[in-house]
Amino acid sequence: MDKILLGNEAIARGAYEAGVKVVSSYPGTPSTEITESIAAYDRIRCEWSTNEKVGAEVAIGASIRGARAMTCMKHVGMNVAADPLFTASYTGVNGGLVFVVADDPGMHSSQNEQDSRHYARASKVPMLEPSDAQECKDFTKRAFELSEKYDTPIIIRLHTRVSHSRSIVHLDEPLEIVVKDYVKDVAKNVMMPAMAVKRHIWVEDRLQRMEKDASSDKSVGCYEWIKGDDQVGIITAGAAYQYVREALPNATVLKLGLIYPIPSDLIARFASSVKRLVVVEELDPYLENEIKAMGIACEGKSLFTLQGEYKASMIRKAITGIEKDTGEINTSALCQAPNRPPMMCAGCPHKGLFMALNRLKAQVMGDIGCYTLGALPPTSAIDACVCMGASVGMAHGFDLATDGVDSERTVAVIGDSTFLHSGITNLINAVYNRSKITVIILDNSITGMTGHQQNASTGMDIRLNPAPAVDLEALCVSVGVKSVRVVDPVDTAQSQSVIKEAMNEDGVSVVIARRPCALIPTGKGPKGMTVLVDKDKCTACGQCIRIMCPALIAGPDKMPVIDPDTCNTCGLCINVCRFDTLSVGGVE
Amino acid sequence: MNKQIEPVFPIRSFEDGHVLSIVLAGVGGQGTLIAGKLLGILALKLGLDVKVSEVHGMSQRGGSVITYVRIGKKVFSPIVEEKTADFCLCFESLEALRWAGLLKNSGRMIINTQQINPLPVLMGQLDYPDAISESLCSACANPSTVLSMDALSMAREVGSTKATNIVLLGALSVFSDFPESLWHDSIREAFAQKPATIPMNIEAFEKGRDFARTFMYN
Repeated sequence: MDKILLGNEAIARGAYEAGVKVVSSYPGTPSTEITESIAAYDRIRCEWSTNEKVGAEVAIGASIRGARAMTCMKHVGMNVAADPLFTASYTGVNGGLVFVVADDPGMHSSQNEQDSRHYARASKVPMLEPSDAQECKDFTKRAFELSEKYDTPIIIRLHTRVSHSRSIVHLDEPLEIVVKDYVKDVAKNVMMPAMAVKRHIWVEDRLQRMEKDASSDKSVGCYEWIKGDDQVGIITAGAAYQYVREALPNATVLKLGLIYPIPSDLIARFASSVKRLVVVEELDPYLENEIKAMGIACEGKSLFTLQGEYKASMIRKAITGIEKDTGEINTSALCQAPNRPPMMCAGCPHKGLFMALNRLKAQVMGDIGCYTLGALPPTSAIDACVCMGASVGMAHGFDLATDGVDSERTVAVIGDSTFLHSGITNLINAVYNRSKITVIILDNSITGMTGHQQNASTGMDIRLNPAPAVDLEALCVSVGVKSVRVVDPVDTAQSQSVIKEAMNEDGVSVVIARRPCALIPTGKGPKGMTVLVDKDKCTACGQCIRIMCPALIAGPDKMPVIDPDTCNTCGLCINVCRFDTLSVGGVE
Repeated sequence: MNKQIEPVFPIRSFEDGHVLSIVLAGVGGQGTLIAGKLLGILALKLGLDVKVSEVHGMSQRGGSVITYVRIGKKVFSPIVEEKTADFCLCFESLEALRWAGLLKNSGRMIINTQQINPLPVLMGQLDYPDAISESLCSACANPSTVLSMDALSMAREVGSTKATNIVLLGALSVFSDFPESLWHDSIREAFAQKPATIPMNIEAFEKGRDFARTFMYN
């Protein structure tokens, strides 16, 4: 049967067909839908883990015990999971073990543009790169086979255009789930110096064997050699392959599937068959450098950029100099469209909180989530944002750098899921080292930006079954936080005064701003209700307009006009109105 | 109404190796993803190859979002590039202006007249541009390039503004001769998880289709 699947759904399907037993991941765009799709296969034990390192370690354990296991993450998640990855490379596997990492060229939803292919080389773990949904499924199944054949974890590297493109996938029958026998093997599985020294020798040998096999055996190399015009030969992989075929339908192309270790014999044969060799790859010159290191001349980043996504027209122009296509609409005759940056939703609980921080003129260390949008107008409240969990550590760094002077005006803001991911270790560090910072946990009861995944504090598991919920207040108290306060962020005045109190306190203080995300069932306003405007009382002062709610715009008379389809009746506009003009009403 | 006219994109074009490129441009939350998925299902029913490329994550929070759909006997790139789109389906007026450069020579644009103010307009820094459809029309040689319609109101009439995307697909359907029954089947499959909404979505589709027919024949 054929079906249209997202690349990420196809990875999940491949894992299912391969008889995977355990999947543990932390969500992250563009990788999230893999594990979400896994949850639809009842026989697979799957879960949202607290972070990528945890997810990887769960998968490693399951693999050593004999089950096929997988963990999926976005590119920056690979940085978190790198520690277990590098040593799992030494232990190898029992049941097949697959790491899936999704890069984000063009940074559609990421804080950096790292090229995760470097991890394969650095950790000595083989890497496969699919170019469409069918290959996502096929390569995942192949990855489990190769993992067991060569006794190694395998990394599957995706990027946004592969993860988030739908195409036709042929479905096959799934294998039975087999959990292999477990035999205690200290020399293989206990990585301490005496054992690891021997395993490192074995790892280097494994890579050499695999590299040799990949040149001749397509089931290892997963390559495709498309014979065409021999004037130009192109070596490529992943989404770039699709752009190459679109741009130059007659070119000779070597599409690599296994991109680490790189099959050198194959590359040499291909290079000698064409007059000009060009490497087309997004982001870093990874393949190009490897090929040049083999002593083979090629062109690559001399023609192409290190940034963003590629396109067929760009490749055609770079290689042949040809530009084609004419448009219907003369765009130079049009006025420019105002930008439309992402913004907080109507009813978003973060908005009121950032308004309070803005009024307090606080120095705000931000973190990763929807609330990073607090850095943009109208609140422009965030000073710095680096990575998951960093806000708390950075606030403590401000405290140390100023001998505590800045603590009274510095706060960290961090979401519930991000806090449990890696904020908690920072909080322990800050308490232990006698910091004076204020940490605001934005508890919207969900992992929001990645599309609403449950986490350890929401009371539900990945399949929405009831699960134990971390008590955030008790957790903070247990690590030594002396003061924990809870506020409703829509009440900005109250939030402002509570945060001010907390900032003036000695020692680490925590404020939990608690209100569910407006897009989840518990956060949605009652159906049929909206905010009504009493035009007799309204002075058109503009206070409610300035909160920039997507459901509220200024009418021609400068009085607010509410869009009932969008309004969530959160009450933020009602709270900021000084003339008692606004109220919740409608027909429930 | 029964007058036979040559569709803008006849189904037999696929035989000649043409790839149909459709852009779905809108604002996060407007339903471009479902519309793209539905077109993918339709392509599969037509026995063709297809790629649908989506945007997830942060941009979905009220940002400008775009979905590309490419259908043909063999499709490589999932991206619709500048000056190559056969159709631009614009879920919001300003987005029509933003993505107009994607339309190829003799391509067609369908615009939902709905306006959603972006941040710079909400903040009073910029004005929402006036008369977008008119300026797009005057910027192209063929006056029938742009079809403007109030798909939002049509969707509201059938029961939910969420069906705006399906109204627009109904309008798009007029420009090709893909069998109507395949469109209906694709709607049923796309909403299989929410069967209660299928009749409403079919009605929304027909509403958009009727409107565009009138446009085509006048």
